[in-house]
Amino acid sequence: MFEQMLKSESVWLSGEGPEHSVVLSSRVRLARNVKGFPYPPTSRSEGKRETLEIVKAAIEKSGSLKEGKFYFAKPIDELDRAFLIERHLISPEFLGDKANQGIFIGDGENISIMINEEDHLRIQSIQSGLSVESACELAERVDEDLGKVLEFDFDREFGYLTSCPTNVGTGMRASVLIHLPGLALTREMDNLISSITKFGLAVRGFYGEGSDVLGNLFQISNQTTLGRSEDDIIDSLLKVTRQMIEYEGKARETLLADAKDQIEDKIWRAYGILKHARVLTSAEVMNLLSAVRLGIGMGMIKELPVSSVNSMLLLTQPAHLQKYLQKRMDSGERDEARAELVRKMFQNGSETFSQEEAL
Amino acid sequence: MLCQDCKNNEANVYFTQVVGSKKITLNLCRECAEKRGFHPPLENAPFPLKEFISGMIEEPQKKKELRPELACPQCQMGFADFSKRGKIGCGKCYETFRPQLRDLLRKIHGASEHKGKNPGTRTEELIPLREERRLRGKLKQAIEDENFESAAKIRDQIKGLLEGR
Repeated sequence: MFEQMLKSESVWLSGEGPEHSVVLSSRVRLARNVKGFPYPPTSRSEGKRETLEIVKAAIEKSGSLKEGKFYFAKPIDELDRAFLIERHLISPEFLGDKANQGIFIGDGENISIMINEEDHLRIQSIQSGLSVESACELAERVDEDLGKVLEFDFDREFGYLTSCPTNVGTGMRASVLIHLPGLALTREMDNLISSITKFGLAVRGFYGEGSDVLGNLFQISNQTTLGRSEDDIIDSLLKVTRQMIEYEGKARETLLADAKDQIEDKIWRAYGILKHARVLTSAEVMNLLSAVRLGIGMGMIKELPVSSVNSMLLLTQPAHLQKYLQKRMDSGERDEARAELVRKMFQNGSETFSQEEAL
Repeated sequence: MLCQDCKNNEANVYFTQVVGSKKITLNLCRECAEKRGFHPPLENAPFPLKEFISGMIEEPQKKKELRPELACPQCQMGFADFSKRGKIGCGKCYETFRPQLRDLLRKIHGASEHKGKNPGTRTEELIPLREERRLRGKLKQAIEDENFESAAKIRDQIKGLLEGR
């Protein structure tokens, strides 16, 4: 399944969009429930089957969802599930009760809808760069369209009703995925995180297991959904993200002024390892790619576009690697295959790496 | 300050939680904090949301002495089920347990009234409103920067936008 997605790149990896050298992607997720049906965590399977059918029918009728494909969850195996998680199309919590779940994925992967996750519908829109507003607009169009066919649970006092009280109101979670190596290197991140919390936003390390923040990637998102309009939520996210971009720029200037040699050495060492290593774990690749991405952003590395780094970031993830090379591998085999793939990508040198070429 | 659990190491994890009028303060060293299940904020440990919500609803429930038979007519969820699970059963539950949930939502979000869009809101209608807001923001910035030439241009843009409506 999903082989066609490997050929076309995820939109959010295009390395385009405003502020793309620091902000990888912007996402907006809306939680919606169909009136009159119990919510998935408490619903019996017949109830869930019914909502799945109703939502599927609504998607098929919807004008804004003509281009894309609906999948029942049942045939999605573990590898495909990991693949979709790595691509940010589904949440790690999704596909627990596969019998009555489904997912719609729009062409280009700008839009996806999880059915019967924690809520009946989770509408998600993802865009490259700092594009929270356009992501929001796309999600809202889909919401509006589906709302013509489905009656969503809505309360005049509380707004859109959701399974977890933390999502009530707008049902909206807006987030950006941001690369902050300068702030991580200058050890400013911890201070900034506590001040961001005061704006009703949350920051967390991305992709990491345990206490490591892999690849210096952070996700900033709104913490509350009630008592503020969608526009207010997006405004504060944009404001804080712009501030972070500015701080990141200042941190990079400081690094160049105070420790140019060390930084250059760190970046080129990372480049050298990626280009020549024979065994690479996915955590190591993420951290090395972070340094290379910093090198591109600081103008030290000119022969590699940011989009190639983004592609590598995704293709070196365990499920992508296996789907891409079309074979199941244990973690030792994957580390060798990963190093080989990265080596090939680096040998392409100045040419923009395309996923087809490497095959 | 020494860690209040082991009374041995220097405390460097401070945790304060205020629920209603009760304030809980913990001063712990890193090891003892981990033993109690607190992790550094960046760690991807699952947030104990369920416990958190259960902790928050405990008090009002005692205060208001809910009659035990109160259950949602649509999904039969009782309030006790909810405090155990931390998940609402269905849309009707919000009506059934409105006062209790209003308290809880205030604690979670700092507000209990929806200020966002309605199911009837049309995206097409939102776009010019957003454009206007965006331009007003830019206008304010231009005036602050004493960039009056561009401020005048933005003002005209806003005027044009309003006339076009």
